[in-house]
Amino acid sequence: MQISMTINGKEYSHDIEPRISLAQYLRENLNLTGTHIGCDTSGCGACTVTVDGAAAKACTLLAVQVDGSEITTIEGMANGNEMHPIQEAFKENHGLQCGFCTPGMVMTAADILKNNPNPTDEEIRHGLEGNFCRCTGYHNIVKSIQHAAEKINA
Amino acid sequence: METFIGKPIKRREDARFLKGAGKYTDDIKLMGMTHSAFVRSPYAHAKILSIDTAAAEKAEGVVAVYTGSDACGTFGVPCGWQVDFKNGETMREPLHPLLAKDKILHVGEAVAIVIAETLELARDAAELVQVSYEALPAVTCPKKAMEAGAPKVHDQWEDNAAFDWCIGNDRTEVEAALESAHHVTEMTYKNHRLAPNAIEPRSYISDYDVNADKWTLYTSTQNPHLIRLLLCAFVLGIPEHKVRVLSYDVGGGFGSKIYHYTEEALLTWVSKEIGRPVKWTSDRTEAFLTDAHGRDHIVHSKMGFDEDGKIVAHLTDEYCAMGAYLSTFAPAVPTYLHGTLFQGVYTTPLIHLNVVAPFTHTVAVDAYRGAGRPEATYLLERIISKAAKEMDIDPAELRYKNFIPPFNGTSEPGFQTQVALQYDSGNYHGVLKRGLEMLGYEDFRKEQAEARKNGKLIGVGISTYIEGCGIAPSAVVGSLGARAGLYEVGHVRVQPTGKVSVFTGAHSHGQGHETVFAQFVADKLGIHMDDVDIVHGDTDQVAFGMGTYGSRSLAVGGSAIIKSVEKVLEKGAKIAAHKLEAAESDLEYAEGKWTVKGTDKSISFGDVSLTAYVPHDYPEGVEPGLDFSSFYDPTNFTYPFGTHIAVVEVDPDTGKVDLQRFVACDDVGNVMNPMIVDGQIHGGVVQGVGQALLEEVIYDGEGQMVTGSYMDYAMPRADDVPNIETDRTTTPCPHNPLGVKGAGEAGAIGSTPAVVNAVVDALSHLGVTDIQMPVTPKRVWKAMQTQA
Ligand code: FES
Ligand code: FES
Repeated sequence: MQISMTINGKEYSHDIEPRISLAQYLRENLNLTGTHIGCDTSGCGACTVTVDGAAAKACTLLAVQVDGSEITTIEGMANGNEMHPIQEAFKENHGLQCGFCTPGMVMTAADILKNNPNPTDEEIRHGLEGNFCRCTGYHNIVKSIQHAAEKINA
Repeated sequence: METFIGKPIKRREDARFLKGAGKYTDDIKLMGMTHSAFVRSPYAHAKILSIDTAAAEKAEGVVAVYTGSDACGTFGVPCGWQVDFKNGETMREPLHPLLAKDKILHVGEAVAIVIAETLELARDAAELVQVSYEALPAVTCPKKAMEAGAPKVHDQWEDNAAFDWCIGNDRTEVEAALESAHHVTEMTYKNHRLAPNAIEPRSYISDYDVNADKWTLYTSTQNPHLIRLLLCAFVLGIPEHKVRVLSYDVGGGFGSKIYHYTEEALLTWVSKEIGRPVKWTSDRTEAFLTDAHGRDHIVHSKMGFDEDGKIVAHLTDEYCAMGAYLSTFAPAVPTYLHGTLFQGVYTTPLIHLNVVAPFTHTVAVDAYRGAGRPEATYLLERIISKAAKEMDIDPAELRYKNFIPPFNGTSEPGFQTQVALQYDSGNYHGVLKRGLEMLGYEDFRKEQAEARKNGKLIGVGISTYIEGCGIAPSAVVGSLGARAGLYEVGHVRVQPTGKVSVFTGAHSHGQGHETVFAQFVADKLGIHMDDVDIVHGDTDQVAFGMGTYGSRSLAVGGSAIIKSVEKVLEKGAKIAAHKLEAAESDLEYAEGKWTVKGTDKSISFGDVSLTAYVPHDYPEGVEPGLDFSSFYDPTNFTYPFGTHIAVVEVDPDTGKVDLQRFVACDDVGNVMNPMIVDGQIHGGVVQGVGQALLEEVIYDGEGQMVTGSYMDYAMPRADDVPNIETDRTTTPCPHNPLGVKGAGEAGAIGSTPAVVNAVVDALSHLGVTDIQMPVTPKRVWKAMQTQA
C-alpha cells in the first residue's frame, strides 16, 4: 500500500505491506532507530512517538493507519545539536541509565507537559504509567520532568 | 586544577541516548543481512516425534531452515561453574543443545530456526514448520521435583538433583544449639521466581566473512570476552582469534545478559552455513520464556536466640530450581553467592545451610540482580523481624544487639564468618542509626499507635543487609568450582599528545562507565576528563575482560585501570627525570606534571607523553611509548552494606499495599560519582519492591508459563512507587586502590524484606506473622481474614 506522512518535518512516502507497524516502518524503512521496541504489545512504551501532536505507541499502530499524519519521533526533538529542554533535563537529573526506555520517556514527557505544564509528582507518575523503565526506579525521571517543566515555563 | 572524583558529573553517554542515536544491536543493519525466527515448543516436557520443514523451506523469501538433526544439533552450551554434591558426587551436567532434537524440557525451547530475507517472512515460514510432539508430565516446583515419582527432567540420572550441597558449621552442632535455644523462630516460604526484564530484548547478529574466515558477532551481552571464549572453545570449536564480539549499547542486563545463550552460538554457526549475516531479536514473550530467570527457592529456616535476644544458631534447608539446563553461573547462585552471606551483619556463632538444586521443566534460573544475596537477605531480615515480634523486642533493637561491631579492616582485622568469607570492613550500627534518623522512627511508632486506634493500617519494615561484591578473587572462586578467573583487564593508552584512551573489560549497560572511569583516570593523571576516553564492548579493541555483573566494574575493573595508570606514571617519571636532569626520587607528581621537589623545574604529562613517542632525547634502556595493560585479581570480595526502611499503608477493605516512603542509607565504600550511585540505588530498590509487591513468574501444573507478557507479569510502574530517600555512610574498602565496594545490586538486595516487614508490621496487631511474596491485595486480604 502506498502511504505518505510527515516525520520530523520531512515528507516520506513508501509502498509498504499493510501489516507493518509504525515502529517497524520507522526503524526498518527510515532508519529512525531511536524508536525502540521493548514488547511490541503496548506494554512498555519504549516505542512512544507523537502522532498529530498526541503520544502514541508506534508498535501497535499500523503504518497505514497513520497515513497522512504528522509524526514526531525522538530524532525530531533536538534542534541540531541543541537538545530539547526535556532532553536537557533528563541529562541534568540522571533520568536515564541504559537509555533504552529513554526515547519513549522523553516523548511521553512531552505529552504530559503539553497537557499539563505544571504537573505535580503524582500527575507525572500517573502520566508515565504506560512506560516501563527497569533501570532508574523512576525517581530521576520524575525529577527530570519536573525540571523540564520549570525550564519550559521559565 | 579541576578534579572529578566524588562529583555528580553528568554522563557523557546521555547525549546519544537522548537523541535516539544509541547503537543497540537491533539498530544495526548489515549488507545482505537475513532475519531469523524460531519454532519453539508449546510443551514443557515432550518427545519430538517428527519435524516437517518442507513447506517452510519452499516459502517465500526463505534462505534456510535448520533443526536439531542438522550439524548444529551436535553442539551444546556449557555451564561455567561446577558445584558438586556434598557426598563427593560430581555435579550432574546435561548438554544444553542449540536446538532440541528428541526431547523438549521446557516451554519455549527451540526446535527449529528459519532464516529469511525479512523478519516477517521468517516468522511466516516458521508457522509452516510442522512438529509433532508426545506430551509428557512436567514438574516445575523445585521441592516437588525431588519427591519420589516426580517426572524426571533428565533420564540419565536417578533423580532430579543437579547437586546437593551444604555450607557452614556441622549440622548436628547447629541442631543441638537450636534444641537448647531460649526461643526459636521458624519460617517456611517461597522466594519466588522472577523475570529480569531488561527493556531491550536480547538481540544478536552474526556476520561471517568467508575471505578472512572471520566472524563478527554483535550481541547484547554484559561480557563480550566471556561470550567469545565460551562460544569458541566450548561450543563451536572455532578459533578465538577469528571471532570479534561487539556489544555496543546494551539496554539493561540485571544478570540476564551475562549468560551465553544457545541463540548466540546457533546464529554464529548459521552465518557461516548461509554465507550471509543473520539477525535475531527476541520478542517479549520469547524473553519471558527463554531469558534466564531469578530466585525460585523454597525455604525452611530456624533461628535460635538466647534470653537476651542474641542469635545462637541458624539452620536452613532450601530447594533451589536450576531449570531444565544449567545456565552459565546457575550453580553458583544458590550456593557460593547465597550461603556465604548467611552470616549477614550478625555475630551468629553457628550456621548451617543445605541446598538441594533440582532440574525442573522450566527455563534456567541464574543470577538476577543480586544473585543469591537478595535471597539470603530476605531470609535473614524477615526471620529476625519475625523473631523480634515473637519476643516482643523492637526490630531495630534486636538488630543492634546482634550486629558485628564496627571494624575498618586496616588497623582492625576483617570479620571471619562461619560461612567461608572474611568481611573487609563494616559499620552496621552507623547505617541503621542514620536510616532510623532519616525515617523519624520514634515518631513513626507514635503515629502508628494513633493510626491503629482509627483503624488505619500503617507499618514500618527494616532491613539491614550486607552483600558480597567485587566478584572475585580467582583462586578463591576456582576452589569453589568456577571454571573461569574473575580478574579484570584495564589498558591505558597514552597518545603522543597526552590524550588518553582507556580500554576496559568491564561493560556498561546503564552504569555510566564512560563517565565514571574517566573521572578517576583524569584525577589520578592530573588531567581533564575530556582528555580521557573509555572504550568497552569490543573484543578486538579490548585485550580481554570478564565483564560486568556482581557489582564488580569499579572494584575490579577500576582497580585494573588504576594499575595501568600507576605503570604509566612510573615510566613517565623515568622520562621526566631524564628530561629534568634530576633523580627520579627527587620528583613529585601533581596536577599533571612532574616537579623537582623544592624547585619550580617541571615537565608536564603532555610533554612526557610526546617524548615517549618521539624518543630523541630519552633515558637509556627505556622503551618508547606510554601504553600499559594490567590484569587485576582482587584479594577479597568487597562487602557493601546498608539499612533500608519501608513505610506502607494497607487498605483494610481491599488489602492493597501503598508504599508510602522508602529510606535507603547505604555504605558502598568511597563514591566516585554520587549521582550515579543514587541512580543505581533507586533502580535496585524499585526492582526489589517489584519482587515484594508485584512480580512473579508462574508456571502452571503442566509447565505452561501463565505470566508470559506485560499484561500478566506485573512490573513496577511509576505510580507504584514513591521517591526514594537516600543517604550514605562511607567505610572504604581496605583492599582496592579506590576504596570502592560497588553499588549495582545493593538496592535490589536490601529492599525486598524491608517492604514485606512493613506489611507484616502494619497487620501484626491483627495476628498476621507472615505473608508470602509478592504481597498482592489478594494475599494480604486473605491473611487479614484468616486472622480476624
Ligand atoms: S514496544 Fe510499543 S509499547 Fe512496548
Ligand atoms: S534507562 Fe534502562 S530501561 Fe529506563
